[in-house]
Amino acid sequence: MQLAVLGGFVLAAFAPLLHRWFGERAGLVMALLPAGLALWLFGQLPAVTAGQTLVFEYAWMPGLDITLTFLLDGLSLLFALLISVIGVFILIYAGGYLKGHQDLARFHVVMMGFMMSMLGLVLADNLVAMFVFWELTSITSYLLIGFNHTDPEARKSALQGLFVTVGGGMALMAGLVMLAIAGDSWSLQALTDKGEILREHGLYLPMLLCVLGGAFTKSAQFPFHFWLPNAMAAPTPVSAYLHSATMVKAGIYLLARLQPSLGGTEAWVTILSLVGALTMVTGAFLALRHTGIKKVLAYSTVMALGTLTMLLGIGTEEALIAFATFLLAHSLYKGALFMVAGILDHETGTKDIAAMGGLRKAMPISAICAAVAALSLGGIIPLLGFIGKELMLESVLHAERFSNLLLIMSVAAAIMTLAAAAIVALRPFFGARRETPKPPHEGPSTMLTGPVILAGLSLVFGVLPSLVSPLVMSTATSVHGSAVESYLSLWHGVNLPLILSLISLVVGLLIYRHWERWRGWQAQLDPILNRGPEAAYFQFMNLVVVVAEWQTRMLQNGYIRNYLVMTLLILVGLTGHALVFRHDFDLDVALDVRIHEALVAGLMVAGAVTACIMRSRLASVAAVGTMGFCIALTFVLFSAPDLGITQLLVETLTVILLILVLFRLPRFATLSTPLERVRDVVVALATGSLITLLILAVISGEQLPSISEYMVANSVPLGHGHNIVNVILVDFRALDTLGEIFVLALAAIGVYAMLRFHADEYDAAKQRLPHEEYLDG
Amino acid sequence: MVKSGTLILSVAARLLMPLQLLFSLFLLLRGHDEPGGGFIAGLVAAGAFALYLFAYGLTATRAMLRVSPRDLVGLGLFLGVLSTLPAWWNGQAFFTAQWWTVPLIDYKFSTPLIFDIGVYLVVLGSVLTAVVALVENDRD
Repeated sequence: MQLAVLGGFVLAAFAPLLHRWFGERAGLVMALLPAGLALWLFGQLPAVTAGQTLVFEYAWMPGLDITLTFLLDGLSLLFALLISVIGVFILIYAGGYLKGHQDLARFHVVMMGFMMSMLGLVLADNLVAMFVFWELTSITSYLLIGFNHTDPEARKSALQGLFVTVGGGMALMAGLVMLAIAGDSWSLQALTDKGEILREHGLYLPMLLCVLGGAFTKSAQFPFHFWLPNAMAAPTPVSAYLHSATMVKAGIYLLARLQPSLGGTEAWVTILSLVGALTMVTGAFLALRHTGIKKVLAYSTVMALGTLTMLLGIGTEEALIAFATFLLAHSLYKGALFMVAGILDHETGTKDIAAMGGLRKAMPISAICAAVAALSLGGIIPLLGFIGKELMLESVLHAERFSNLLLIMSVAAAIMTLAAAAIVALRPFFGARRETPKPPHEGPSTMLTGPVILAGLSLVFGVLPSLVSPLVMSTATSVHGSAVESYLSLWHGVNLPLILSLISLVVGLLIYRHWERWRGWQAQLDPILNRGPEAAYFQFMNLVVVVAEWQTRMLQNGYIRNYLVMTLLILVGLTGHALVFRHDFDLDVALDVRIHEALVAGLMVAGAVTACIMRSRLASVAAVGTMGFCIALTFVLFSAPDLGITQLLVETLTVILLILVLFRLPRFATLSTPLERVRDVVVALATGSLITLLILAVISGEQLPSISEYMVANSVPLGHGHNIVNVILVDFRALDTLGEIFVLALAAIGVYAMLRFHADEYDAAKQRLPHEEYLDG
Repeated sequence: MVKSGTLILSVAARLLMPLQLLFSLFLLLRGHDEPGGGFIAGLVAAGAFALYLFAYGLTATRAMLRVSPRDLVGLGLFLGVLSTLPAWWNGQAFFTAQWWTVPLIDYKFSTPLIFDIGVYLVVLGSVLTAVVALVENDRD
C-alpha cells in the first residue's frame, strides 16, 4: 500500500522518460498505476463494508512517533476510490485535451505527484504524515493552476490559491499540534476514541478554530471561497480533478475524519451548519452570475462543498448518510460536467455559454453526458444526485438546530442549482444554433471515456442504489463513529422533501428561462459583491507588501553599522537581562596572572584602542591584526594549538582580503556625527562589559557538569583520534559542522553575487520579472 | 596590483606553493590525531593559492586551479553529505562514523575522513571564491 503511493511519486519523476519512450501514450501508461490501485481498492470493499478497518503499519520516524501507517475504513476507501478511479479517466482525458502541448510531460509529473499526495492524505493515520501530504497537495495544485505560466492571469490565480490554502495550512498545523497534545497521540485512529477527552479539553475551542481554518480555506468555504473560481485558470483536466472531485474535498475529508473526535459540540454544530449553508447559497447564487462554463461549474462546486460542510455540522446519522451520498454523487457528476466543459472549450474554441447553442447535432455523445450529469446536479429522479438531495433535505428538516433557517437556505440553493444545471446542460446543446470560433465536432474518444463512464455511473447508481449502499453506509459509520445501519433507496414516497424538490424544479426552470434578465438584475449587485472577501484578500496582500517594505527600510537598510548596533543591542538586552536577573554570581575572582599573560592582554587592549583612534585604514587594520595575533598567542599559551593555528590563518587571509578591498575604498573621512559616535561607544562598551561579565559568571558561578569530560574520555575509543577538537568537529558534532560548511558556502555565494551583480543589472532583471502581479485586483 | 611582478615574490611563490599545498595535505591527514584538520588545512591551501595569485595574476592561477572555486565548494558539500550515507546503509543513526581498515597498508579509512576532505574543499573554495571575485572586480 505505502509502496504503491510512494512508487507513484517515483513514477512521477520518471514521467519525462516515459514521454520519450511512449510519446503521446505516456498518459495511458501512467494511468496503469491508479487503475491497479483502484482494482486493489475494489478488492478491499467486502472487508471494509463488513465493518473492518484495515491498518497498514509502517514506522517512518519511530523516535518522533511519526508513522506512515495507512488506514482503510469506509471514509478513506470512498475517497481513495474516487481519487484513483477519476484519476485514471483524468490521465486519459488529459492526453486528448493537452495533445501536442509542449509541457505535457511536466503536466504528468505534477499531476501524478498530486494524485499520490491526495491518496496519502486520505489514507494517512498519523497527523504529521497527513499534514505533509496536505501541504503537498497545495504545492502541486499551485503548479497545476499555474500550468499556463506565460499567462499572467493564471500565475495570479495560482498564487492566490496557494496563499489562501497554505495560510489555512499554517492554522491547521497549529490545530493538529493542539489536537495531538490534548489527545496525547498523533494517530487519527487513537484520537477517534478520545472524543470525550478532546471535547472537554481546555484547548478545544482554539484547536477547533485552527482546524476549521485549514479545512475551510482548502474546501473554499465562505469567506475563502473566492480562490476556487479563480483557479479555473487551470487546464480543464486539472479543474475537473482538483477543483471538483479531489483537492477541494480534502478539507471536507478532514472535517469528516475529525467528526467523531471533535464533532457534536455547540461550537461545531453552529459554525459548520451556518458557514456551510452560507457557502452553499453564495455558491449557487454566484453560479448564475457568470457565463463562462467553468466559472458556473466552479461556483456550483462551492455550493456542493457548502452543503457537505452543513451536513457534517448537522451531524445526525441521517445527515451523515446524506453526506456520503452527496459526496459520491457530486464527484461523479461534477467530474463528468467539467470534462464535457473541456470538450466544448476544446472543440468550439470558446468557454462562454452565451456564445454556444444548438451543438447537440455536432456533439451528440457530449450532449447526452452533459444532460445526464446535469440532471444529477439538479437533483432530478432517477439520478444519484436526486437521492443525495432528498436525503439532504430530509436531514435538514430534522436538524436539531437552525432547522428552519437551514431549510430555507437549502431550498433556495436547490432552486438556483437547478437553474445552473440547466444552464450548463441545455444552453450549449439545445436551442438555436450559434456560430462558434471553431467549427464544432465531437471530441476524441480519449476525452469522451471519462464523461461517459462517470455520467453513466450517476445514472446506474441512481437506479440501483443498492450497488453503492454498503459503501455509503460504511462511510457514514466511519464519520459517525458508531455503526450506521440503513440502506439507500430511490423512492421515498410522496413527502415534504419531494414536494420541495418539485417546487425547486419549477422555480429553477423559470429562472433558467429568464436567465438574461436574472443576470441583469444580479449585475446591479456587483458594487456590493466587489467589496467582498476577495477585495479583502487583495487589501491584505497590499498591506503585507507595505509592511514588508517598511520593515526592510527599518531593519534591512543595507548599512552594516546599523545591523551591528541592532544585533549587539538585542544581544546585550536579552543576555544582560538574563544574567542580571536570573543569575547571582560573586565577582570575587582570584586573579592569578603571570607576567607574560599580562603583557599579551595589554597588547590586545592597546591594539583595540589604536584601531579606534587611527585615522588611516591601513593602521587600523594593522592594529586589529595585532589583536588577532595576540588572541592566537593566548590560545597557544592555554594549550589550544588548533584554535591558535586557525586564528593565525584566518588573520593572514583577512589581511589578504582587506588589502583587496581597502584600496578600492574612498579616502578616509569622518562621516558620522559626534552623537552617533557616542552612541557607538556606548554600544561597544555595553557589549564589552556584557562579555566580561559573562566570562566572570562562567568562572565564578557553580560549575555545571562539563561535557568535555565525555569528549576527552571517548575521543580515542569511539572517535579513533587523539585530537579531540578534530574528533568533535568531524565526528561527535559533525552535524553542526555540516551546517557550518553550508553557511560558509552560502557566504561565498553571497560575496560572489554581491560583487558580480551590479545595480543596473538588478534593475534590468527586475523589469524582466515583474513580481507585483498579486497586487492589483 | 593583482600581478606584482617582483622577482622575489615570483620566485618565492613558485617555491613555496607546492610546499604549502603539501603541508595543507599533511595537516588534513594528520588532523585526527595531531593539531590540524580540514578547516586549518583548507585555510593553508587557500593561502597558497592567494600567494600564487599575487605573484602571477588571475589567468595563471585559473589555469593552475583548472576548476572554478565555486565547483570546489559544491564538491565539498557533496562529500560532506555523502559521508552521512554509509551509516544509513548499515542501519545506524544518521552520521554515525564508519571505519574500514584498508588491507595490506593497514590504513584506517573512515567517513570522518571523507567529511574532513569535504570541509577542506568548502573552506578552500569559499575563500578562493571571495578572493577571485574581488580580484576580478578590480579589472573592470
